[in-house]
Amino acid sequence: MTPPDPVLDVRDLHVSYGDLRILRGVTFAVGRGEGVVLLGANGSGKSTLMRAINGLAPASSGRVALDGAQIIGARRPALRMARRRMGYVFQQFNLVPQLSAFQNVLFGVMGQRPLGILNCLNAVARAEDREHALSCLERVGLADRAGHRPTELSGGQQQRVAIARMLMQRPSMVVADEPIASLDPKAGREVLDLLWRIVDDEGLSMLCSLHQLDLAREYADRVIGLKAGKVQVNAATGSIDPAGLDGLYDGATRPEDATETKIAAV
Amino acid sequence: MSDQTLTIPRFRSPSPVAWIIAVGFLAFFLQGLWAADMSLDRLQQGAVNLGRFLGQAMPPDFSNWYGIADAMWETLNIAIVGVTFGCLFSIPLAILAASNTSPNRVVRSIARLVIAVSRTIPDLIWALIFVVAVGLGPLAGILAIIMDTIGFAARFYSERFEEVQKGPSEALTSTGAGRLSVIMGAILPESFASMTATSLFSVEKAIRSAVTLGLVGAGGIGVELSTAMRLFRYDDAAAIILVVLVAVIGFEQLSSSIRKRVI
Repeated sequence: MTPPDPVLDVRDLHVSYGDLRILRGVTFAVGRGEGVVLLGANGSGKSTLMRAINGLAPASSGRVALDGAQIIGARRPALRMARRRMGYVFQQFNLVPQLSAFQNVLFGVMGQRPLGILNCLNAVARAEDREHALSCLERVGLADRAGHRPTELSGGQQQRVAIARMLMQRPSMVVADEPIASLDPKAGREVLDLLWRIVDDEGLSMLCSLHQLDLAREYADRVIGLKAGKVQVNAATGSIDPAGLDGLYDGATRPEDATETKIAAV
Repeated sequence: MSDQTLTIPRFRSPSPVAWIIAVGFLAFFLQGLWAADMSLDRLQQGAVNLGRFLGQAMPPDFSNWYGIADAMWETLNIAIVGVTFGCLFSIPLAILAASNTSPNRVVRSIARLVIAVSRTIPDLIWALIFVVAVGLGPLAGILAIIMDTIGFAARFYSERFEEVQKGPSEALTSTGAGRLSVIMGAILPESFASMTATSLFSVEKAIRSAVTLGLVGAGGIGVELSTAMRLFRYDDAAAIILVVLVAVIGFEQLSSSIRKRVI
């Protein structure tokens, strides 16, 4: 199932760590303004796929293109250019704990300013960047916590700051790797509501990995199911077969993958 | 089952290599004792001599207090200027030496070699080298402290860089930030507390070093101490030693309270 105007185009993507093949020919696309949820058991390769899409995990082969710009095999300047348009929300928030929420949000434009960090430290940042950072914190309801360090915020608040940092980038595509996995159900629901609302309001495309089938059905336009490093399900949320989703979680564990790989190698 | 338990030996016989190391160590230790010509007579005579020295050193003579204070001030100057430059030079060296910040393996190996050489050569040897190079006085002391600080601080900075959480660095990398921006934005802030503690230890170490560097002509209060000892003016020497003691303890207390606030 390929959208007519793909923002993200992933073709035959393979990622291996030594003998362990994590992704085995993953192919899919995310359309402009489309919200896609990625489902799969632990070890199915979801996080590796997310990381490979941003170039954080090295791919063995395949193609990943964001707005037509190639990421796999791109030289460093081209890769950095492509990353600027991709907002990434991490499971563990990944804020710099020693710096304020405001400074963490300002870092969202680090890749877009000449001299990088020297133009996005609070003391020297452009006035429009400072205003935008504050407006991003306002969007996530944390303008009053701008001066607080991440360690002084709850998990849900930290993820909101991470979402504000993503917004600061003004991305065309959002990649969210299990953004609520480290949060309690209430905070997780609030963060997911906020993230999805922002993505809708801004008309962004999103690829978001989740573990909750009910949330996937509720939020996503389309669901992609990953099992043992391969796409097993790729269908619009309305037309999806529940049995097919349940099948994603049947016996798909990493040790079996490894055994399967060894057998394949023989 | 219980029979099997009873047959488990209490000790395992050491391997031949372990025996060789143990016997080698014992032989080296005994040879060292013999070479030192250690005897009860000598130790007794030493205690008598020490008592005589203390008798002549007490009470300490502070009549030259201005000279002592001036020399101590110069020692602190040597320590602070040397450590400041040493710590500043250590940051880029540590970035080049740490596995997660170095651009490549060749640069990393060279940076580690520079740090290892700085650390391996003792501060007194550095002082002797710089006395030859720039002459007697505080400049030789400052240069020696810089080299000694690089060997100490750059190593600990680079080890700290390698221990930081990967998450914040990855987050900044994912926005398209360059390598240097990621280092300055994520790795340096995360390492800041540890780097401050290391730098304060460097100052403590440098003050102690700066005292002894004077003994080889590299400026500071060591020159005064060396002169007093050579002229058998033990009461002058005692006053100098007391001033050094107070300065070192005072800075250790100050540095400890700063560390507690930062960490």
